[in-house]
Amino acid sequence: MNTENNIKTLIVKKPLKLDCGKTINEFPIAYETYGSLNKKKDNAILVFHALTGDQFVTGLNPITKKDGWWSYAVGPDKAIDTKKYFVICANVIGGCMGSFGPSHEDPNTGTAFGTNFPVITINDMVNAQYNLLDHFGINKLFSIAGGSMGGMQVLQFISNFPDKAKTVIPIACTSSHSAQNIAFNELGRQAIAADSNWKNGNYSSAGTIPNKGLAVARMAAHITYLSKKGLQEKFGRKLQEREDLKFGFDADFQIESYLRYQGSVFVDRFDANSYLYITRAMDYFDLAKQFKGNLADAFRAAKAKFFIISFTSDWLYPTQENKDIVIALNSIGADVGFVEIESDKGHDSFLLDVPDFLGALKNFLDKSYIEN
Amino acid sequence: MKNEFQVIAKLIEKEKKVLDVGCGDGILMDFLKTNKKTNIRGLEISKNKVQECIAKGLTVIEGNAEKDLKQFPDKSFDYVVLSQTLQAFLDPELVINELLRVGKKAIVTIPNFGYWRIRLDLLLKGTMPITKTLPDEWYNTPNIHMCSIKDFFHFVKSRDIKIFKSLAINNQNVSIINNKNLAIKNFFADLGIFLIEK
Repeated sequence: MNTENNIKTLIVKKPLKLDCGKTINEFPIAYETYGSLNKKKDNAILVFHALTGDQFVTGLNPITKKDGWWSYAVGPDKAIDTKKYFVICANVIGGCMGSFGPSHEDPNTGTAFGTNFPVITINDMVNAQYNLLDHFGINKLFSIAGGSMGGMQVLQFISNFPDKAKTVIPIACTSSHSAQNIAFNELGRQAIAADSNWKNGNYSSAGTIPNKGLAVARMAAHITYLSKKGLQEKFGRKLQEREDLKFGFDADFQIESYLRYQGSVFVDRFDANSYLYITRAMDYFDLAKQFKGNLADAFRAAKAKFFIISFTSDWLYPTQENKDIVIALNSIGADVGFVEIESDKGHDSFLLDVPDFLGALKNFLDKSYIEN
Repeated sequence: MKNEFQVIAKLIEKEKKVLDVGCGDGILMDFLKTNKKTNIRGLEISKNKVQECIAKGLTVIEGNAEKDLKQFPDKSFDYVVLSQTLQAFLDPELVINELLRVGKKAIVTIPNFGYWRIRLDLLLKGTMPITKTLPDEWYNTPNIHMCSIKDFFHFVKSRDIKIFKSLAINNQNVSIINNKNLAIKNFFADLGIFLIEK
């Protein structure tokens, strides 16, 4: 899925030792920036993307020709105001928008890595992205922010680099992937593996693409991003361009047609092996475990101001899991604010036009920046 | 800022760490932050009020004092403030214990049910009293555990809680409550402010 054009890339020279034990060298990090870095270099915000996001946060994504995934939140005069802040976002390693990932060529074989790519973790992702701070000569970020897997990266980043961000905004996330989270990810991975075009991950050299498996993975995941109420209100039992049931297995219902569409457009922009690798990284994420079961220890050295946001209808990363992060921070007297936003839009709320959320995000950032 | 908050602010020295429980729209927090360089946090149950606090740049956690105070370590704040909400809890005693566990000291204010206007309202009309500080009807009031200054005074004494200061407010007048004038203050004050410690 890589198109060299329009993709800014930093080649990281410093070797990176991965959690799996392997070391990667001279690997690419694809990134994008918005706004401009001021002279004091104190207005930078590092945004982390979620499972299927990429570095194209806002405006037109030059590869997919669609709006960036956080267009509601990031841009001139928006919650993350690019007139004021310098926004950086990188494609995670393991991804498929230019950063080092399974679709890259393995120099040993001359074909794509496929499943020979090393298994990566959230920790590896943030360690790789940390190189962008040196690249831009930024000593301390004004903020780090992200939702879902982006929020997990936020937590891991401040744990790894406690003096590198002034404000920290994990949104709709968790400090540890639950059994239910892992179960849904496994469903997606198995759907991909069940596609005969997957070829144990070597579909690139076989000249096939496991489109069907990847589409099913996306369909299943998409349901977890929405709420029951939201789905019922939007689709209910409405029929798709037909007067009555057809007594067959075509998409009779609008919800079926919608999911099929979501699956079909996803395969045009996403790599199946990347989907395996990134969901694995999420499943392996357990920040408390990295600190012998005490989550608070992950944040003990941080001097940052935290702001945690969850959504009422998010059942994928429910409020309680976000609150567990707040509780850990309060137990060490950290500066932490928390709000649960009322929304029917499920986990996806953080990506959508939810005024209470966008307002809180803007107010928190702008007020913190004045006190900066 | 209302007189009650001015009195509370006077009780708090500069540069202390303070938790405002039920901080509302953050007026007291904002004042303490600006004028006393207070390291201030808030706990508030209403989403809208939390949003107002965020808009003021205040650090607030959305939560319920009865459930969410337990996440704060012992004596992690110099002062914990609870303004006119004690009577709204299912278990006020639990909340008082939590305030005194989390804070080195606690400042608790209570609308005084012994206030003469309230007594008169009930006496003459025979209906549940409605006043400026207690404006709700019996069926929609959040206040389920009303007490008088005298009740609270006796309560803290019986629980071995130290009272550092107890003040009576009647409009703009602030006076000290002691054992001798308790009955009078309980009659004329519409609000009691207590600085306590355990």
